[in-house]
Amino acid sequence: MGERPLLKEKYAHEIEHILAKFPPDHSRSAVMPLLFLALREENHVTEQAVVEIAEILSINPTQVRSIVGFYTLYQDRPGGKYRIQVCGDLPCSLRGGDEFLSGLCGRLGITLEETTGDGLFSIEKVMCLAACDRAPVFQLQGPDGVHYYENQTVDSAIKILEQIRQREQNA
Amino acid sequence: MPEHVLLRNRDLPDINQLPVYLKTGGFEAFKKVVSSQTPQEVTDLVRTAGLRGRGGAGFPTGVKWSFLSKGVYPRYVVANADESEPGTFKDREILEKNPFQFLEGVAICSYAAEANTAYVYCRGEFWDLAHKLEEHIQSLYDQKLLGSNLFGTEYHLDIFVALGAGAYICGEETALLESLEGKIGQPRLRPPFPAAEGLFGKPTVINNVETLTNLPPILEKGSVWFRSIGTDRSPGVKIFSLSGRVSKPGNYELPLGTTFRELIFEYGGGIPDGNKIKAIMPAGASSLILAATDEVLDTPMDYEAVQELGSALGSASVIVIDDSVSMKKVLHKTAAFFKHESCGKCTPCREGTYWMYKLMERIDSENGTRADVELLESVARGIQNKCLCALGEFSTAPVLTALERFPEDFQLEDESIV
Repeated sequence: MGERPLLKEKYAHEIEHILAKFPPDHSRSAVMPLLFLALREENHVTEQAVVEIAEILSINPTQVRSIVGFYTLYQDRPGGKYRIQVCGDLPCSLRGGDEFLSGLCGRLGITLEETTGDGLFSIEKVMCLAACDRAPVFQLQGPDGVHYYENQTVDSAIKILEQIRQREQNA
Repeated sequence: MPEHVLLRNRDLPDINQLPVYLKTGGFEAFKKVVSSQTPQEVTDLVRTAGLRGRGGAGFPTGVKWSFLSKGVYPRYVVANADESEPGTFKDREILEKNPFQFLEGVAICSYAAEANTAYVYCRGEFWDLAHKLEEHIQSLYDQKLLGSNLFGTEYHLDIFVALGAGAYICGEETALLESLEGKIGQPRLRPPFPAAEGLFGKPTVINNVETLTNLPPILEKGSVWFRSIGTDRSPGVKIFSLSGRVSKPGNYELPLGTTFRELIFEYGGGIPDGNKIKAIMPAGASSLILAATDEVLDTPMDYEAVQELGSALGSASVIVIDDSVSMKKVLHKTAAFFKHESCGKCTPCREGTYWMYKLMERIDSENGTRADVELLESVARGIQNKCLCALGEFSTAPVLTALERFPEDFQLEDESIV
């Protein structure tokens, strides 16, 4: 720590917009959207971001850390730039969700929680995504938020990931 | 059903665009109530209509509003868009395809609750949806359908979107409030109920997306019209989310009281691969599981009739299980879900869901023993009636009903499961 503030300068306008949603004496509510801001910078919530968010909201860093620990979409450990999150719940599994997940792992050459060699993709099993009628389904959590991909096969998923890989290589 | 009441996008695909929504009578109901009715009149009408909460509990909506502490302001309205029950995906279609009817419902509810601020709490995974909703809300401000001095009155209303970050428990209304206050999503001890002390300690109404989306047509067409659909005790239409081993999974908006057989075989196209229906989970992973007998299949799906069968309609997320699926697999999956989603506040749920998962891992493998099954039942009974919110109870529902109603799936020979 002791590093230059990351979020406050870069996202001053957005932070102001976020804080305006809540009564001034309840600014702690902003901890959730601020953590999503932090994830735009890094693929996990860094200790520096925790401290900075605590400072912005005048709360204790431990309170911010407890939020990171509780909610699935805030990760405290590095993973792929894009996290492939496959639903493994009952309705998806009744429509081939488990086979989809293992097939995808096989094709990417990684197991659960591992990251591909180029650092682009890691794969996670997540709970119900409210897309049970369009299983198999996965979401990609990356620097630009969370996006759904439904009615997938291993082939169609690999195609989507390859397009992202191409885009990243050209960037 | 000739015309949809909630999934009007099925009849008018462009209804997610504001000009189209306005052209088809959109925001006329909100304008009417703000210009010519008192909040009490709106509440009374919703009460008379008999609308019941569509999030799972089925509590009468107008009655819930009437519990707001008198004379205490500011008040808040919170729309619960944390749809996370395995098997439920109805609110998502509303938010995606008919968002303005939902937002008009939020506005009407806010007026009835005398609230000037409303929050739409979307689960974090609805990232794209939430950002789209923010754009829609902005377009309402641009049309002067939100903001101050609405329709030339003193009434003003702001609607904000808030995102969760992946926690099933935040669908429980007091956990949702905690999350909205920037805390971990653990349920509160009640009383006080949110209507007395809710968001930021102020009187708050929390309603599900589907419930709120019912309001514009009710205010427009009246309670007699609403009561002409559905059953006496459960009026109106309901969106049934149909999933699992069925040919045409999806959302079906049907009158309450439609039978399971109609939903699964007529609308859902029956069971694929020549298999037979075995079981029904009418309320997602939290279901008391029903054996799919003729009696069950011919039962009208309303809140009371499903309860009389020994289950509950909940949010009407109907998961179909066929005869190729063992109840061991079903329980293995539901146990994994509840273990992951227990918030950790109450010991019976935190520890019990963990042990039920560990036991199901073993029972669903080659190594399960009779003692494991007995222990599973004992752990489930140890959770029952001992937790602050319904999650603990939900986790035991599939376990105890599967053991009781499908004992053959847990048959043991000697000490190991064959």
